[in-house]
Amino acid sequence: MTESKYMTLNMGPQHPATHGVLRFVLELDGETVITSVPHIGYLHRGIEKLMECKTYWQSEPFTDRLDYTSGMSNNLAYCLAVEKLLGIEIPKRAQYIRVMLSELQRIAAHILWLSTHALDLGAMTLFFYGFRERENCLKLMETVSGARLMPDYIRFGGLREDLPDGFLAMAKTFIDDFPSRIDEYETLLTKNIIWKKRTQDIGILSAEDAINYSVTGPVLRASGVNYDVRKAYPYSSYEDFDFEIPLGTKGDVYDRYLVRLLEMRQSVRIVKEAIKKLPEGPVRASAPEYIAPDKNAVEKDIAALISHFKLMADGLKPPVGEAYTSIESSKGELGFYIISDGTSKPYRVRIRPPSFLNLASIPRMIEGALVADVVSAIGSVDVVLGEIDK
Amino acid sequence: MIIPLLKGLCLTFSRIFSKPITIRYPEQKHPMPARWRGVHYFRKNEAGETACVACGLCVAVCPNTCITLEIGEKPDGKRFPLKYEIDVWRCIFCGFCQDACPVNAINLGQGYEEAHYRKEDLVLNTKTLLSMYEEKI
Repeated sequence: MTESKYMTLNMGPQHPATHGVLRFVLELDGETVITSVPHIGYLHRGIEKLMECKTYWQSEPFTDRLDYTSGMSNNLAYCLAVEKLLGIEIPKRAQYIRVMLSELQRIAAHILWLSTHALDLGAMTLFFYGFRERENCLKLMETVSGARLMPDYIRFGGLREDLPDGFLAMAKTFIDDFPSRIDEYETLLTKNIIWKKRTQDIGILSAEDAINYSVTGPVLRASGVNYDVRKAYPYSSYEDFDFEIPLGTKGDVYDRYLVRLLEMRQSVRIVKEAIKKLPEGPVRASAPEYIAPDKNAVEKDIAALISHFKLMADGLKPPVGEAYTSIESSKGELGFYIISDGTSKPYRVRIRPPSFLNLASIPRMIEGALVADVVSAIGSVDVVLGEIDK
Repeated sequence: MIIPLLKGLCLTFSRIFSKPITIRYPEQKHPMPARWRGVHYFRKNEAGETACVACGLCVAVCPNTCITLEIGEKPDGKRFPLKYEIDVWRCIFCGFCQDACPVNAINLGQGYEEAHYRKEDLVLNTKTLLSMYEEKI
């Protein structure tokens, strides 16, 4: 073994603060980090390859399992890509519900991030408070889709079915109450001297570095770069909604915390607006060659029954071509690139996971930092290994 | 410097007097929403048999290929599932079988407490799937 004046420290893959099975190999000079190399791949399930072997519809549940904290956003990104391939128009009501649900999912994902990040840094109370609200948010998901984390509710051409009765009232109660809960989090953390010492001026990523590393999402915006897919390339009627993009100035861990809190407040605003403006109408596009008819029609209409059988057994066959769409998930820009060869299975699917590219910037952030700050830097980026390893 | 800390302590202290939001789980249960995708069951027809007509759509759509179906035919020409098995070990509870079923025979129920001593108990067959229907009612 070669001698080195530095000590090598293995952090992970079982370390609780690495949020999954991430492994960092740190080279330390005393307490200072000299170099750090992230090792990934412990959660690799080959989802991209799996998707090539399944029909378009069958691949959808796999997208839930990418970033398991925001299933709705993943479904949305995948459906938008396939819909672009098919060239179908989605009814307004479905688009608004999609926006509403992906914003609720963003809130749930950010609460999870905030709670676990605070727990990593020793603020345990916030963990309990955060999970209290997340539970309410997941209850909404459960009511609408039937599962807490793997919703599988957004489908090609719209939604699986319309919102259940009483859902809007439930969502409204949650949304009206939620800003006061964010205030509670702020009371506990924002001005707390311990929190400030652990986060301010730590893990700084300059705007230039952030762009060079292709960082997206709250991490990029905390560095002061105004880029949000929802504003830059609006999808699913985001252009109808009035919201602001919070920006940070310094790009440290504290700024990322503030940006995410403000994002939650903006999400509340979007959900409120979506509930208010929600139009009436169908939730599924009418494209009989691609989209299965309504289940009630199947029982009565023989033509619907035949098309139901054909689409379920063979799967839909999009025209030859390729499509890329990206959305702003809670972690950043999530993109799906699909190549179709005209058969019922995609020729190739490529996923652009935001966490993967954000993770690459961590070694830059923790250069010369202390070991304890590595934990806050990793936490602040909000990596989800399900998405990184795919 | 000390005031924000005190404010935080005030907040946590005030919580001592509020009602707990947790439930005492095994005794008290979380009510499941109507759309909950739990363990499968078979709907019965008037004769008390399974409503399944063995069309095989659920087998075709299942992303994890966890459904096994063998088709039988009655003397009057009607098809029925001679052998129908769902391997719940592999099931991801996506609900596609329910969406695909043209006669609403296979459904995802409300059950979520599935722990067994033997692995075989979680491979559901026609009989267990039908008994789940009774439990539901």
